[in-house]
Amino acid sequence: MNASEVRTLAANVLAGIAPEADLSTVDATEDLREALDLDSMDFLNFVIGLSQGCGISIPEADYPNLFTLQKLVRYLARDQR
Amino acid sequence: MADFTMPALGADMETGKVVEWRVKPGDMVHSGDVVAVVETHKGAIDVECFLEGIIDNLAPMHTGLPVGSVLATVEGPGAAPATQVVPVAPAVASTRAKVSPAARHKARTLGLAVEHLQGSGADGAVTLADITRTAAKGGFDPVQMRQAIATAMGKSKREIPHYYLTSTIDFGAAQTWLDAWNGARQPTDRLLPAVLLLKATAKALAEVPQLNGFYENGAHRGSSAIHVGWAVALRGGGLVAPAIHHANHKSLAELMVALRDLVQRARTGGLRSSELTDPTVTVTSLGDRGAECVLGVIYPPQVAIVGFGRVQLQPWVVDGQIQPRLLVNVSLAADHRASDGHVGGQLLAAINTALQNPEQL
Repeated sequence: MNASEVRTLAANVLAGIAPEADLSTVDATEDLREALDLDSMDFLNFVIGLSQGCGISIPEADYPNLFTLQKLVRYLARDQR
Repeated sequence: MADFTMPALGADMETGKVVEWRVKPGDMVHSGDVVAVVETHKGAIDVECFLEGIIDNLAPMHTGLPVGSVLATVEGPGAAPATQVVPVAPAVASTRAKVSPAARHKARTLGLAVEHLQGSGADGAVTLADITRTAAKGGFDPVQMRQAIATAMGKSKREIPHYYLTSTIDFGAAQTWLDAWNGARQPTDRLLPAVLLLKATAKALAEVPQLNGFYENGAHRGSSAIHVGWAVALRGGGLVAPAIHHANHKSLAELMVALRDLVQRARTGGLRSSELTDPTVTVTSLGDRGAECVLGVIYPPQVAIVGFGRVQLQPWVVDGQIQPRLLVNVSLAADHRASDGHVGGQLLAAINTALQNPEQL
């Protein structure tokens, strides 16, 4: 999965979790949990959506790599190499 | 013949509106079947009927009906079918969308398409209320929900003499156990710390039953079943605390599945009536971005609410040494008419003990 595919996936998963959120207003380095008011359950659902979309079981220890759009693109796009 | 009546979906509900019948007159219904969808301030609720037999005399849809009014009759098995009474015909939606001017204006400002909306006004017209409701993504009207919370919490603070206790719990053992469990599992099978807090509370309530149940008509009425009302914050404001039934008898994995399903349905619609009427206690957990501590307001006629703050790393004394430990603040707000602080302290101690032995949760 390349960077743009990861971005699309993340946007689709977030649209299901926070339908009222406007991702275009979120900076790439902003913490998504703060920016979109995601609670623990929302974030777990985000991880599940990303894991299933990428076909990777993301370990819990790697969750901090998913906190911002910039980090998650780097983490998931890299993981597919 | 028995009457199936409008349930009170919370202490704050006065009327409800049937927006869908899932059965036809003459259908056989079984105890626990969802027979109707009722619109309340908590959104559209799937209402279960706990009667057995042939259902008939369905009440009209889209009409505000008071709690306790007859929604249908159910003729028990073996009995003759109920005499046919023609129900009032529900308003038929015309094929052309009828939209009130105020609704059309509001829809335009919100960028909503009105053509496909189901109107609740006379002749199926789309009203301003329909637009407001649709705009609230969870399917509930935020203004009505605010009003409902105001009513219930106002009643609680006027009538219930609350007492409060708090305690700090070392979450280290629970977190170590959780890390091992989650480390070996796919994201879909992982647990949240909230599930351990929930199960520990349910187990503790089994040991200290005075804090489970209701205070009604001047007396405490205990409940042998422990149905934990789990407080779910709704996106865009508002709160609902539907029941996780028999929480003390469910495994952690079962509770996680139940919790995920409940949060999903609380936010998108589809809560069941029993989930709103059955809670015997409330638990609120603020999650990993919440405040350190919460002192709850009891949801009447319940007698207690347990609150957990954020789990966070703090200095703590272990074996005479200061160590960084993961700690969580637990609070109890309880009805002093039903219990005393001594009993409340026992509950918090039991929650602590349960969390120190996570493998036994």
